[in-house]
Amino acid sequence: MVDYLLDIFSGIGWLSASPNLAFVLAVTLSGLPIFLFMAVNALVAVYAERKVSAFMQDRLGPMGQGVGLHAGKWGLLQTVADAVKLLTKEDIIPASADRKLFILAPFILFIGCFVAFAGLPFNEHVVAADFNLGIFYILAMGSVGVIGVILAGYSSNNKWSLYGAMRSAAQIISYEIPAGLSLLAVIMLTGSLAFRDIVAAQTGTTLGVLPSWFIFDNPFTFFAFWLFFVAGVAEVNRTPFDLPEAESELVAGFHTEYSGMRWSFFFLTEYANMFIVAGVAALAFLGGWLSPFPGYFEGGLWGIFWFMSKAAFLIFIMMWFRWTFPRLRTDQLMRMCWKFFMPASFLTIVGVGIWDLFIR
Amino acid sequence: MGVALEKELGTVHGEEMILNIGPQHPSTHGVLRLRVKTDGEIITEIIPYIGYLHRCFEKHCENLTYEQAIPFTDRCDYIGSMNNNFGYAVAVEQLMDIKVSEKVEYMRVIVAEMNRLASHLLAIGTFGLDVGAFTPFLYCFRDRERILDLFEMLCGARLLYNYIWIGGVSHDFPVGWVEKTYDFLDYFEPKIAEYNELLTYNKIFIERSADVGVIPAEVAISYGVTGPNLRGSGVRWDIRKEETYGIYDRFDFDVPIGTGAMGSLGDCWDRYYVRLRELEESVKITRQALDSMPRDGDVHAAVPKKIRPKAGHVYSRTESPRGDLGFYIASDGSDTPIRLKMRSPAFTALSCLDEIARGWMISDVIAILGSLDIVLGEIDR
Repeated sequence: MVDYLLDIFSGIGWLSASPNLAFVLAVTLSGLPIFLFMAVNALVAVYAERKVSAFMQDRLGPMGQGVGLHAGKWGLLQTVADAVKLLTKEDIIPASADRKLFILAPFILFIGCFVAFAGLPFNEHVVAADFNLGIFYILAMGSVGVIGVILAGYSSNNKWSLYGAMRSAAQIISYEIPAGLSLLAVIMLTGSLAFRDIVAAQTGTTLGVLPSWFIFDNPFTFFAFWLFFVAGVAEVNRTPFDLPEAESELVAGFHTEYSGMRWSFFFLTEYANMFIVAGVAALAFLGGWLSPFPGYFEGGLWGIFWFMSKAAFLIFIMMWFRWTFPRLRTDQLMRMCWKFFMPASFLTIVGVGIWDLFIR
Repeated sequence: MGVALEKELGTVHGEEMILNIGPQHPSTHGVLRLRVKTDGEIITEIIPYIGYLHRCFEKHCENLTYEQAIPFTDRCDYIGSMNNNFGYAVAVEQLMDIKVSEKVEYMRVIVAEMNRLASHLLAIGTFGLDVGAFTPFLYCFRDRERILDLFEMLCGARLLYNYIWIGGVSHDFPVGWVEKTYDFLDYFEPKIAEYNELLTYNKIFIERSADVGVIPAEVAISYGVTGPNLRGSGVRWDIRKEETYGIYDRFDFDVPIGTGAMGSLGDCWDRYYVRLRELEESVKITRQALDSMPRDGDVHAAVPKKIRPKAGHVYSRTESPRGDLGFYIASDGSDTPIRLKMRSPAFTALSCLDEIARGWMISDVIAILGSLDIVLGEIDR
């Protein structure tokens, strides 16, 4: 989108005279939709989570009759009300907190997630910044957020926050490795780090019926998909890997001391990160914007539709995890990562290599 | 000691930190404060501080008539109020040599077992919540709610019933109550399988609870741990069987004990599973009692006009959902007891926390505390 805007701007006389201004304008204009998308994503995802959890737990979730004291029809306005409440809430910074870091932390977390979004394509054209190493860029930016988490936990001057931050640091850094290694299987098959090429390599059908997405390509990529997805769930701190914010143990973990707007940034980022993990999984393994019925419903807006539905489905699975599983313990989590996920992801790489060379 | 953990992690020692868990913490099951010494995430010492909910129950009772003390027993273990009423009523009746009518005996057993169901549901649900599973908690509450509805129909209260009186009960079962209770039991029995599917045999749940917080039988006995916590350690001890009170000897039921099926004998999973199996037993008892209960009779027939036990003292014990609930009452012949002492099963269960949870991680301490199923109202009294 940045390149596209720059092309347009170069046609406009006064903008083409100052390329720096044109560049800033192009970046801002393509960043704005991402910000809006993140906000809307959080609103929708929170509502969905409330409803999904409610239906799984034999409840109705937020309900209401209309605007007013009620939260709208079927509670549709619940998250809007939540957002208004969070925005107008008093902003508390504990007296003993490290003020500067305390204020800085949610922004670092948010920015890490925001810039990662820039590399995420919604279809072959709709992407804020079209890289030729998009998948690598997203993985790299996804790990910037952990600095925010550590800062939040450290600066709060609260023992619970500190525990949350330490757990989070260990967890996110560990699980990044299997997540990255399992994506390597896909990169091996396409020979490219650009999402455009990865998705293009998945066009067509296997065995006549199945779309030739990488998840169906061979048993090892199928395994790699689940490795990546579960490691991704661990990276975004969702149950059963939600140790950094384990409510029953650490009160609220690293964001115990945060309230109001600052707290809502953590929340916004959590849901945006879920979308990124689901989006990358959809692009790398589920054919991204390709239709599940090869040859039909292809291209343009259908692309966005298919991509969004795939991501939404994976987010639904994450919610399903959350409302079904208990939580692991720190050492069990680490053991799982280093003793199971790591060898397994190496195995998938070897397996995919052998399959590609000898069996195909 | 968390031997398994030590084997896994080796012995690493850093600087120790003191951490206060509670009194405002989501998982302390009331206003309990644990002063915990931690080495990283590993606990080296736990000191429980109690008394945040102390309401001078025993001292109050010295200034109240015998029947006025009943609402106070409600407020001790507010999760199993019926059983507390029952224990107290049995003690005073023993002191005064009152024999209640057949019908009342059956009614008491029915409400006490229903309350045991409600209490164990809460214990199972919150234990799930402590290890991070949210949904089983709400399933348990959904079913507990139906029991509370039945109690509301029975005596107007959902939590503090004041239902079992000395020499009787406050009301007869309302019209349709027995049928509704049958309906509930029919609805509830298949739900136990649902809890098993969702929580009991979940791999992560087993990982979190098996082998964790083992109470060996001799430790449990030396600390005076009773109830499901003791039975979880493989000791078949249930006051309903050992020192039968009321009419419990007429019913056919088992006393489930821990077997160490998933880990070692007496771990959190065993304690959890004993409670789950007791749900089935309580359903069994309730069904039998409903079947053989005499349909008519005055529930106030044996209620004494004036409660003035002759001088003397009594100690009687009953099986509350949490274990051996004892009441010691000393009377000087007046209408108030000169001393009333309540033996709290939750207190003894909490007292062994340091011994069993030392060496485990913070997450495990929360799980162990949940598996002990303490109620602070009863510990502090």
